[in-house]
Amino acid sequence: MAQSVGFHEPESQLTTATIEKHRALASIQEELEAVDWYAQRVDATTDPELAAILAHNRDEEKEHAAMALEWLRRRDPKLDQHLRTYLFTSGSITELEHEEESGGASSASDSSGSLGIGSLKGSSR
Amino acid sequence: MNHLLRSYAPISDEGWSEIDREVHARLLPGLAARRLVDFSGPVGWEHSSVDLGRVDDIKAPAEGLTAAKRKVLPLVELRAPFTVARSELRNLDRGAVDTDFSSVDSAARRMAEAENVAVFHGWTASGIVGIAECAGNPAITAGTTFADFPKHVAKGVEALLAAGVSGPYGLALGPDGYTGVVETTEHGGLVVFDHLREILGGPIVYAPGVQGAVVVSLRGGDFLFESGEDLSVGYQHHDAENVYLYIEESFTFRVATPEAAVVLSI
Repeated sequence: MAQSVGFHEPESQLTTATIEKHRALASIQEELEAVDWYAQRVDATTDPELAAILAHNRDEEKEHAAMALEWLRRRDPKLDQHLRTYLFTSGSITELEHEEESGGASSASDSSGSLGIGSLKGSSR
Repeated sequence: MNHLLRSYAPISDEGWSEIDREVHARLLPGLAARRLVDFSGPVGWEHSSVDLGRVDDIKAPAEGLTAAKRKVLPLVELRAPFTVARSELRNLDRGAVDTDFSSVDSAARRMAEAENVAVFHGWTASGIVGIAECAGNPAITAGTTFADFPKHVAKGVEALLAAGVSGPYGLALGPDGYTGVVETTEHGGLVVFDHLREILGGPIVYAPGVQGAVVVSLRGGDFLFESGEDLSVGYQHHDAENVYLYIEESFTFRVATPEAAVVLSI
C-alpha cells in the first residue's frame, strides 16, 4: 500500500468505489504509522510534559484510524465478516482461525450466508 | 448458525460454495441500483429502520404538553425462493461441473430487478420513493432514435449542472434502451455508447426493471441505499427430491436530493 496518489493500475480502469477505498486504506495506514512514531517518541523523550502531549496525540491517531476503518467496514462485506470473527473476542486468536477453517463460522454450511456483494458504485457491470 | 439456517440443509460444504458462487454470478449483471447510488451497511438482519430526523406532531396526553412522534423508514425484507435437485448436488459432490442451477437464474433475476425497481421507481407498500418518482428536474423525451441519444443525455447533464449538481454522472438504462444504445452508431461512425460515457464521465448501467433511462449524479450523498442484511442465501426446507433455498436481503432506500436526477423517457 503506497500513498493516496499511488495507484498501481491506470486510474481510468479503477472504479469510483476502489478509488475511495484506496483513500481510506491509505489514510488508515498513515494514522497507524503515526501511532508508531508517537509511541517511540514518548519512550525517547526525557521531558514529562512533552511525553504527555505526544501520548495524547498518539491516542488521537488511534481514534482517526478506527473511524476510517469503520467507514471501510461498512463498504466491504468480507472485511466486515472477518472483523466480526476476530474483534472483541477473548482467548486464542489463532484458534479462532482454526475454528473458521475447520467447520466454524466460515465453513460453507455454517457461514453468515452473505454473498459479500455490497457496493458496486462506479462499475458498469 | 444464524436465521438463514444453512447448517440444517442437506448440502455439503462444496455444494454451498458452488451455490453461493452461482447465485453471486447470476445476481451481479442485473444489480444496477447499487452501481449508481450510495450503499451503506450491511448493518445486520436485526436492523429494522432508518432514522429520518423528522417528527409528526401528535395529540398530547394531557393539557400543557406538546408531543411528537419520530419518523422512521422501515427496512423491507425481500426474498426469492429457488430449488436445487438433490441429485444435482450429489453429482456436484462427485465432481460434476455442469450442475443444473436453472432455478437460481430466475430467482437472481427477480431479486435484482426488484431492487432496481424499488430504487428507481419506488415501492409504495414499503414506503420507498424511487428516484424517477421524485426527480427534481423536468423529464426529457428521448424516444427510440438512439443515434440522437447523446443529445438527450447531454441535455440531462446540463439540467443537473444548472441545478448545481456536480458529476460525474451515471446512466441507468432499461434492457431495451441498453440494447439500442450498444448497437447504434452516430452519423460519422461514433459509437453512441462511447459518446455517452464521454458526456457522463461515469458508467452506463444495464438496469433490468428500469423504465426508460435515468441520469444521476455520482458525487455522493444524494441517493442512499441502506442495507440491513446484504444479499444472502438461506435454507427453507427439503424433501426427498429437492432442497428449497432462497435469496434474501433487507434494505431501504431514500432520495436526499431529488435535483440530482433526470428521467429520460424512451
